[in-house]
Amino acid sequence: MSDTALQAAPTTKARGYWATVARRITRDKVSMVCALILILIFASALLAPWLHLADPYQGSMIRRLRHIGTPNYPLGTDELGRDMLARLIYGGRLSLIIGILPVIFAFVVGTSLGLIAGYVGGKLNTAIMRTVDVFYAFPSVLLAIAISGALGAGIVNSIVSLTIVFVPQITRVAESVTTGVRNMDFVEAARASGAGPFTIMRVHMLGNVLGPIFVYATGLISVSMILAAGLSFLGLGTKPPEPEWGLMLNTLRTAIYVNPWVAALPGAMIFAVSICFNLLSDGMRSAMDIRN
Amino acid sequence: MFAYTARRIVYVIPIVISVALVCFLLVHITPGDPLVAVLPADASQELAAQLRTAYGFDRPLPVQFGLWLWRALHGDLGSSIATGRPVLSEVMRAVGNTVMLAVAAAIIGFTLGLLFGLIAGYFRDTWVDKLATSFAIAGVSLPHYWLGMVLVIIFSVQLNWLPAVGAGPGGSGAWAWDWEHLRYLVLPAITTSVIPMGIVTRTVRALTGDILSQDFVEALRAKGLRERGVFRHVVKNAAPTALAVMGLQLGYMLGGSILIETVFSWPGSGLLLNSAIFQRDLPLLQGTILVLALFFVALNLLVDIAQAAIDPRIKRG
Repeated sequence: MSDTALQAAPTTKARGYWATVARRITRDKVSMVCALILILIFASALLAPWLHLADPYQGSMIRRLRHIGTPNYPLGTDELGRDMLARLIYGGRLSLIIGILPVIFAFVVGTSLGLIAGYVGGKLNTAIMRTVDVFYAFPSVLLAIAISGALGAGIVNSIVSLTIVFVPQITRVAESVTTGVRNMDFVEAARASGAGPFTIMRVHMLGNVLGPIFVYATGLISVSMILAAGLSFLGLGTKPPEPEWGLMLNTLRTAIYVNPWVAALPGAMIFAVSICFNLLSDGMRSAMDIRN
Repeated sequence: MFAYTARRIVYVIPIVISVALVCFLLVHITPGDPLVAVLPADASQELAAQLRTAYGFDRPLPVQFGLWLWRALHGDLGSSIATGRPVLSEVMRAVGNTVMLAVAAAIIGFTLGLLFGLIAGYFRDTWVDKLATSFAIAGVSLPHYWLGMVLVIIFSVQLNWLPAVGAGPGGSGAWAWDWEHLRYLVLPAITTSVIPMGIVTRTVRALTGDILSQDFVEALRAKGLRERGVFRHVVKNAAPTALAVMGLQLGYMLGGSILIETVFSWPGSGLLLNSAIFQRDLPLLQGTILVLALFFVALNLLVDIAQAAIDPRIKRG
C-alpha cells in the first residue's frame, strides 16, 4: 500500500499513544491550571526587561521595608529599599535556571547511564549500579550540601552539586525501565533483523523508556527548586545583589520583625513553582497510565 | 532470618567503605590547597611544606585514604580547626539534638501521614481523599525552610506564643524535659514533620488503594469478615513498604536537617555543618558528613532487617 492510500483509508481514526496522552492531560483541569501558572512565571521572568518594572538593583535608604500595597510598590520594598515586585519577577530568571538545569543535565546523563546499564547488563550494569548505590547512601540534602560546601559558594557549583545528586536517582529509574523493555519481543525482533546495539537503544528502546523517566524528572524539578533555593538560602548559591528567591529569603530573614509578610514573599514563589511541577508530574503520570 | 541478616551486613561493608571514600575525597575537591584553612595567610613556604608533611598531604592519595580510614575506624576523625576539639565528640554532641528533633518530627509526621493515608486510601475519590491528598502534595512541595519562617512569623512574631530560635533558656547544653524547654522544640519539629507527612500520606494512600482492590479482600468480605478484620489485613500488607518509607524519611530528617536548624538556630548536626562550611573547617565538615551518612546507612540496614522480619517473602527475594 502506498502512503497516500494509507492516509486515505481509515475512516475511524485510531489515535496514537502520545496523542491520547496529550488529550487526556489537556482535559485535566489541575494540570492545565498548573501549566498556566508556570507559563506565566516563566514568561514574566523571560520578558522582565520589557515589563516596565522598577530597577531590581536600585536601592533607597529612605524607602526600606515598605509594606505590601504601598503606592508605587505593590509588593513593598526589601531591606535595602529595592522594589519587591521587580526583584521577584527578575528573581525568577536565576531561580528557575539553577532549579531546572540540574534536572536537565541529570536527565541526559542519568538516562544514558541507565539505558546502557539496563541494555548491556552484566559487569557494566554492576559497575554502574553499584556506583549509584554509593550515592544512595547519602540523604540527598546532605549530599548536595556536602558537595556544595566543599566546592564553595557559587551558581555553577550549586548546579554541579545538584546534578550529582539527581544523576543516581534518574539512572536507577532509567535502568529499571530499560531492563523491563529489553526482554520484549520487538527488541528481540530488531536484534534478529540485524540491528546493532546502538541502533536498538536509540531507535527501539529510547522511545519506550523516555516517557516514565521524563515524568520522574518533572517531579524532581520540584525537589530541585527547593534545594537550589535552599543552597542560596544558606549562602552557598547565588551571591548578593543578584535577585534570586532563596537568597532574597535569606537576606529578608532579619526583617521578619519589621515587615514579616514582605519577608515571606520569595518563599511563596518557590512554593508556587514547586507545587505546580509536582501536580503537573502527577497529572502526566496518570495521563500516561492509559489502562486506568 | 540469621542468614539474611548476615548477608545484609556483609553487603553493607563495601557501601561503608565507599561512603568513607566519598567523604575523604570531599576535602580533595575543594579548590586550592587543603591547608589553606590551617595556614596563616603570611605563612612561609617552609612552614607550608612542614605542615604538609605533618598532615600527610605529601603522600599519595590512596595511602592518605588508608591512613585516614584506619584512624576513623579507631574513632579519630581529627580535630576541628576552629575549636581545636576532637571532631567526633563535637559531632556526637550535636547529633543528639538532631535525633531529638527528628524523632519529635517523626512522631508528628508519621502519625498524621498514616492517618491521612489510610483515610484517603479507604475513601478514594471522595472529598476526604481530595483534602488529604492536597495536604500531602502541599507538604512535599513546601520549601520547609520557608515554612519555618512563616511559622515563626505567625507564632513568635505576631502571637508571641513560642520562641523563634534556640534550644531552651539555658542554651544547647542544658536541656530538660519540661515545657520551658519543649516550647523550643515545637516549631522546628512541626516544620520538619511536613515533608515526611506528605510522603507517608502518599505512600500509604497508594498502598491501601492497591490492597483494597485485590481479590483476597473481596474473598475476606465474601466469607463474612467484618470491616475491622479486613482493616487488619490491609495494615499487615501495607506495613513492610510503609515501614521502609518511614525509615528512609527518618534518615532524611537526620541527614537533611541543616536548613531547618539554620532557620531555628537549633544546635544540632546541621548547624554544626553550616558553621563548618563557612569557617572552612574541613575536618569538621568531613567528619560530620561521614557520621551522618553512616547513621543513614545503619538506619537503612535496620529497616531492611525489620522489613524481612515482618514479611518473610523479602528474605527469598
